[in-house]
Amino acid sequence: MTAARNLPAATLKIFGLGLFAFAIFGPLTNLLLWSVAERWYTPFKLPVTYGTRYWEVVFRPTGDAMAALGTSVWIALLTVAVSLLLSIPAGYALARLKLPFRALILIVFLLPQAFPSVAIYINVARIFYTLGLTGTVSGVVLVHAAHGLVYSVWIAAAAFAAVDRDLELAARNIGASPLRTFFTITLPLATPGIIASAIFVFLESLDEFTGTFFVGVPQVSTLPLLLYNASMGGNYQIASITALILLVPSVLFMLFIERFLRSDVLSKVGH
Amino acid sequence: MSRSTALGLLLVAPALALVAALFLWPLGFSLIAAFTAGGEVSLAHFRKAFELYSTDIVFTLLIVGLSTVLIALVSIAVSGVLTLSETGWLVAVLKQLYRWPLFIPFIVAGQCMRTFLAKNGLMNNTFVSLGVLDPSQTVSLLDWRGIVITFVWKQAPFVILMLAGAMASLDRSTIEAARNLGASRLRSLIEIVLPQVGQTLLVALVLSFVTMLSVLSVPMMVAGSQPTMLTVDMAFRINAYGDYPTANALGVISYAMTAVAAWIYLRHNLKQQREAGL
Repeated sequence: MTAARNLPAATLKIFGLGLFAFAIFGPLTNLLLWSVAERWYTPFKLPVTYGTRYWEVVFRPTGDAMAALGTSVWIALLTVAVSLLLSIPAGYALARLKLPFRALILIVFLLPQAFPSVAIYINVARIFYTLGLTGTVSGVVLVHAAHGLVYSVWIAAAAFAAVDRDLELAARNIGASPLRTFFTITLPLATPGIIASAIFVFLESLDEFTGTFFVGVPQVSTLPLLLYNASMGGNYQIASITALILLVPSVLFMLFIERFLRSDVLSKVGH
Repeated sequence: MSRSTALGLLLVAPALALVAALFLWPLGFSLIAAFTAGGEVSLAHFRKAFELYSTDIVFTLLIVGLSTVLIALVSIAVSGVLTLSETGWLVAVLKQLYRWPLFIPFIVAGQCMRTFLAKNGLMNNTFVSLGVLDPSQTVSLLDWRGIVITFVWKQAPFVILMLAGAMASLDRSTIEAARNLGASRLRSLIEIVLPQVGQTLLVALVLSFVTMLSVLSVPMMVAGSQPTMLTVDMAFRINAYGDYPTANALGVISYAMTAVAAWIYLRHNLKQQREAGL
């Protein structure tokens, strides 16, 4: 009796789940197919010939794509370095020291993310032009670092706030200087959270399109710009392979985020 | 000022300086460029912006507004199932499925949809193969519909993540009580669960609204033709004409849209605080 009543319900659930899976994975499957399609035109529903010819084009050591990948990774690493340099002291101050207008300072770091960025970047590009920073890696790194600061500062502050104060006090009691306490106790204990923020900033920089579009062109070509140009030029194979290169780190991060960001740190973000 | 406060300010200063240089300064620049002409305060650039782009202003609001509504509906439905369903395998599979687009960059989502939603894309091809659609009935969705679909696909997982998290931390006893008294799961969701997580839903939706308003790559890649979103118009004014005043006037209009979202959020927040007697 129950089985007979449950059967239509189960069928409905499986059907609904199938539709949901199609909506999520359909677009990704199309991307995968394009990346291995050597020829694909209408009226064929699937690629006419498959192959890895375009992968060889993309991964040719002298090609545009490898250069763009190199530039992207280099910019992302520099962006992480700049934001850690700024966010570790700022995060520590926000977590441990008495600051006037603390809530306001936290909000200030959110502003670059909360404002329509195109309107800001066109003016950044104009200011950078007078400073000779347009089309340079340093210019792009500065833009990416400002954009990612909300993650690095907020998560660093949360990570420092989650460190047990008693351990710091114990170190001070047995005679360690404040600086030594910070480097031997506080910083190592906050490291997992800070690594999580660094990964956030790295991915944000790797995926960033709008800022690079206005500040970096034409000299600085990153993977997102290469993807955009290939796609607009109708070269869907190159565009799809580039998209896959950008996709892999993002999906890996999605699968493992809970390992990097412990819930005790997560619950303190933005407080 | 105590020593600790001075040290604190000193440590925060470099990070604040970067935001000042790369956000506040350009923001001031954009306001000045939008509101002055020939050294005097003027609304001329706004007149031009409205004259040329009034359709796109309405279009942007409609697209982002519709996407926000759809994201809300999808997120409530999925988080509702995740929280209230008694079918273990359904919850387990759904939990693994919904998150995939979470960290996928907008530009990659744009490229996926550019192929998936085309007249001969995988979506139409699948429907034709299954016999749901006749080949003559297929249409390209690469216009405003494509932008809305891409936004929902990309942003709904973020809202679900926040909403399902908030629902999971609710006190189960009120839900159990309602269920025991015979309330259906849909009714428990709408009358018991949703009112308690309204704040989280609102925050997630406001963040999504502002994010979608700033995206340049999706409207450029998914819908090439007119009408389009303000971000594309701004890029066009700059790249084709070097017309900073009009682009900045459009920028100020998009700030105003963000301000409306922020205002809705703050008003709701204040109302809640008043109700809580704070």
